[in-house]
Formats: sequence, C-alpha cells, structure tokens
Amino acid sequence: MMNKQTTVPDQAGHFGQFGGRFVPETLMPAILELEAAYEEAQKDPAFQKELDGYLKDYVGRETPLTFAKGLTEVFGGPKVYLKREDLNHTGAHKINNAIGQALLTLRMGKRKVVAETGAGQHGVATATACALLDLDCIIFMGKEDVRRQKLNVFRMELLGAKIVSVDQGEGTLKDAVNEAMRYWVANVEDTHYIIGSVVGPHPFPKIVRDFQSVIGLETKKQFREVENKLPDAIVTCVGGGSNAMGMFAPFVEEESVKLYGAEAAGKGISSGQHAATLSAGKVGILHGMMSYLLQDEGGQVTEPYSISAGLDYPGIGPEHSYLMETKRVTYAGITDDEAMDGLQLLSRKEGIIPALETAHAITYAQKIAQDMTPDESLVICLSGRGDKDVETVREKLGGSSHG
Amino acid sequence: MGKEKLDQRFQETLNKGDKLFVPYIMAGDGGLDVLNERIQFLEAAGATALELGIPFSDPVADGPTIQAAGLRALGEKVTLRGVMKKLEETKADRSIPIILMTYMNPIFAYGIKAFARDSAKAGVDGLIIPDLPMEEESRLTGDLTQNNVALIRLAALTSPKERLEKIAQKTEGFLYAVTVKGTTGAQTTFAETVGEYIQELKKMTDTPVLAGFGVSTPDHVRQLSEYGDGVVVGSQIVNCFHDNDRETIQKLIQASKKQAAH
Repeated sequence: MMNKQTTVPDQAGHFGQFGGRFVPETLMPAILELEAAYEEAQKDPAFQKELDGYLKDYVGRETPLTFAKGLTEVFGGPKVYLKREDLNHTGAHKINNAIGQALLTLRMGKRKVVAETGAGQHGVATATACALLDLDCIIFMGKEDVRRQKLNVFRMELLGAKIVSVDQGEGTLKDAVNEAMRYWVANVEDTHYIIGSVVGPHPFPKIVRDFQSVIGLETKKQFREVENKLPDAIVTCVGGGSNAMGMFAPFVEEESVKLYGAEAAGKGISSGQHAATLSAGKVGILHGMMSYLLQDEGGQVTEPYSISAGLDYPGIGPEHSYLMETKRVTYAGITDDEAMDGLQLLSRKEGIIPALETAHAITYAQKIAQDMTPDESLVICLSGRGDKDVETVREKLGGSSHG
Repeated sequence: MGKEKLDQRFQETLNKGDKLFVPYIMAGDGGLDVLNERIQFLEAAGATALELGIPFSDPVADGPTIQAAGLRALGEKVTLRGVMKKLEETKADRSIPIILMTYMNPIFAYGIKAFARDSAKAGVDGLIIPDLPMEEESRLTGDLTQNNVALIRLAALTSPKERLEKIAQKTEGFLYAVTVKGTTGAQTTFAETVGEYIQELKKMTDTPVLAGFGVSTPDHVRQLSEYGDGVVVGSQIVNCFHDNDRETIQKLIQASKKQAAH
C-alpha cells in the first residue's frame, strides 16, 4: 500500500528548496545504502506482502474511520469523522513506520537499531518492532522527556530496549535526535537509525511518509465506502509531521480536499514559548534537512516548548515546509490551553481520551468547522491515545478534573 | 590571500621537511577578547594554519569536549557575525592562514553571498563545513570560488573508493581525512586501517592530506603525519586552552617539526 501519488521529493531528496542531505560524510554511505535498499524493497512484492501482513495481523490494521456524532453536534457544521490511529498496537500511528523500517533494517543485513523519542510513542513503537523482529535496540530520550513520560520509559525497558537519557540542551526531542545521530555516526556500519518522523536527511522524510501513507489510503477508501465521495477537509496535528504526511499524501493531488495542520503554539506565539515552527520560524538547516526552523538571528536553534512532548521540536518535516509555501496545506498554532479543551471535549463527547498531540487537531478542527456546512465532511486524524498523558493532564487541570 | 595563501603556506612548510599542524580552537571560548592573543600564540608556536570553530547549538559531528566549548562560547553571546568582525579588525596582527569550521545553519542565517564576501574581507582563507556533503555543496561553491575561499572537503573511513576519489578531486586547500568512525574527541588508538586509508587518499589528490578527529598526543601527531602530510588537532587543544596548559600545545606542535620526527 505504498504511496505513489506524490511526485516530490526529486532524486536528490529536495521538496522545492527544502529537504536534502546535510549530514557528515561518515553517514553518507549509509544514507545512500538505505535509499537503494528502500527502492529495491518498493519494487519487491514480497516485502510489501510481509509488511502488510504485520500491519494486519500484528498492528491490527485497518483502523476504523469512526463517525463522531458528539463532535458533529457540538461543532454544529460538517459531519466529523475520526481516523482511529489510537487503536493501533502501541497506541499511535508510530508503529506503521517502526515496523516498516525494522524490516528494512533486516533487509540491509543489520541487526541493531538506534532511535530517538520525544513523547516516547516512537520509542515504544521501535522497541516493539525490535522485540518482534529480534533486533537490538537503543533509544535516546531527553532527560526532561524521561521525567514527563515515565510510563513510556518503563514500557520500552520492558520491551528489552536500552534507554539513554540525554542531558544536553533542555533535554527534549531535539537533543535526543542530536545524540542519536552521534551514536549512528559511531556505529553506522552495523546499525540502522529508525527516525520517527518525516524529518532528517533524504531518504528519511520520503520513507517515513510512505510507510505512514497507509493512514491516508485507508481513509480515502473508507470514506468513499460511507459517503461515496472525498472528504471536504482533513485536520491533523503536526510536530515533525509524520501522521500528517501519512494522512495528506494520498490527498495532496485531490484539489477539492482542504488540508490543515495544527502546530503547537504552547503558551502563545507572542510568549516565545511555543513549537510553532511554520508560523514563527525561518528557513534553516538542522538534523540533515533544510526546512522551517525555530532559530535566532545568528542561526542558533532555539528551544521549543509545548505541553505535548511529541510536538516539542524546533524543526518540521521538509515536505510540510513545501506544502505551506505552495499553499496546499494551511497550518495554524493551537495553544496548550486550547488543546486541553479539545482533549476534554473528545473525552466527554466521544469517550476517547486522545494524546495531547492529537488534542491540538481536535481544537483546530472545531475552529475550521465554524465555516463549514452540514452537507460537508471533515476528517480528523486521531493520531494517538492519551494514556501516556493522563499524569500531565491531571497536573494541568488540578482539582477541576473532579468538577 | 585565500586559497593561494593556504597552498603557499602548506608548500613552504612541507618543503622545510616539517609536517602540517592545524590546531582547532573554538571562537569565543573564554570570550572573543582572548581570540586574537590565542591566534598569535599558536602562530608563534609554529602552527601551519588555524581552524577556528564557530559555536552552534546542535553540533552533531562533535564529541563532548567541543560541544562544551561551543556552549561556553554561546554563553558569551558569540555569533558568526561577531567572529567575522573580530577577524577583520585583527587582520594585520597575524600572517597564519585562517580556516573557519562551521555547521551550515549559521552560514545560511548569515546569508551565503554575504558570508562569502565578508570571509574574504576578514581574511578567512578556507572553510570546513562538517554537515555539507558534496551532494549539497553547489548551494555555496559559486560564491566561495568568486571570493577565493577554499572549501576543504572531508573524507570518511566509511566512504567507498568512488566517493573518496570525487571528494579528493574536488577539495581545495587540503583533504581532511577523518580518522575515526565517530564524532570529534580524544582517542587512545586508531583502527589499523587508518594508515592505508590515508596513503590511499594521498594517491587521489595533489593537495596535502591531513588526518583529524581524535588526534591528541605527540605520538599520534608523529604517527598519523607519517602516512600523510600532517594533522588537525581539536579537542586536545580546546582542553589545553581551557585548562591554561600552553606547554602541552607547544609539545604537540613540536611533534610535527622535522627534528622532532627522529
């Protein structure tokens, strides 16, 4: 089910001016090897069959497209549907990519995997895929994220992964990526780096998008089965942007479908404490790619902030920068407080506690729905479930959660 | 100035029978005010050229020592713009060639055209960009050539022969042979294949071949210079300046000189 609709990136991994391969020479051979292995795998029906088998029998795909009656009533506009990536094994869309890349690891004859994680969802997914396929797994996680995502740290350890807490910087996702890249530089010959989002040097943004495009392909098919048409609008949350790219990819060329991405505006963009890369960043180069980036005037990357560990990243996938500049996708910032409202709304009206990341999409969808009519439909990518965030949410809501 | 100055200085040094010694220091570690004095000290101690690191928030090719030095410099509010200005002001105080080592983003934020132009004005002769493989370099090679700034390419132990040949043919100033599979920082030993790798690179280019990454003792300097034309020493020099141990720096540099080789 790999996506073939999108014509970017070009051969050199560029999405317009974005993307590319800004990595030390030591990594270039591994990146070229990965590109070749992936191209070969794409052409190999046996690889696709094996991947589809795991997605069906292990991950539990396809995931449902749920009509959200409660949200539809509250929004008072379009019919609202939820693409239920929260129902995947391990609780989020991350497993789609982790299994795909773990299979590529084996295909390249490697037995070791390194990964970074922010919220821990990609770490758990990678640790899971490695346990399943008998690969050694080491995961770098920022110290601050280790603190706020204790449960996921324990999960990864139960799955047999080695977790390294990263002290550098603010101890969040950016710092975990730096350390994972350094580890990869030193161990590149027998280790594959399973990047968790549509970021990093080419071919990662393409590979991760393709593995995640199962989300959009299923949505398209399922929506047609119920409504016999295409949806009018699709809303996702965007950190690095993998659930969004996976959802968008099969719809990018369907011009009637409006696409929206919710970035983390943290305490508000004017507060300076946010992770709204596209709304407030400038074009720059980090982690192997050219893309929008939160940085100061001298080109030093600034520390992002979001209540949601999974959106707390100063960069964004290069294809999102491209889709913003070509005006195909509209991106907007949603604050912590607004996301908390979205989280509670979905919990109470649909009986689904979403991840804090996903909650940003719920709130953004509510705003978009104000300008839509009952004969239109809107799909929200429900990228993950909220179990991991319950502690953060409890802290934030304090006593009011009992009211 | 620029590329020719590097070529000329390297040739003169090799003609004397000495090996090339390029120390690395982090610009602004200890504040920008100490920069000029440190450059003059290294020149007087016999360094062939100087590699001047520009601090960056996310230096993925660097190990703990240079990461820490970069953070200290950023703590002093050091910027690429500030370093260029300082180099321009102090241009008359030195004759040692200057090579900037910077990640791509500070250059990109500065503006590639303006950076190339100001490099020439500030007396920057060469440039090393650790996160710029040849696949992306066309974004700035035009401007660098126009301003006569040498782009020094890096070869890696993992690069296959065809890549090494391309890199060796493209490089200007010298060829930087990365001698470890890993980030910068002191090593105790090197892989047995390092000598062969440097000798192989020697055959591919007319420019000098310098070994770098992990070089930290006078023995390393002698041993690795044997295979090629000299060394780049980074983390160890950074440590020495931080600990105010200048004698060790002098010993390292002396190890590249002819009489010390015997």
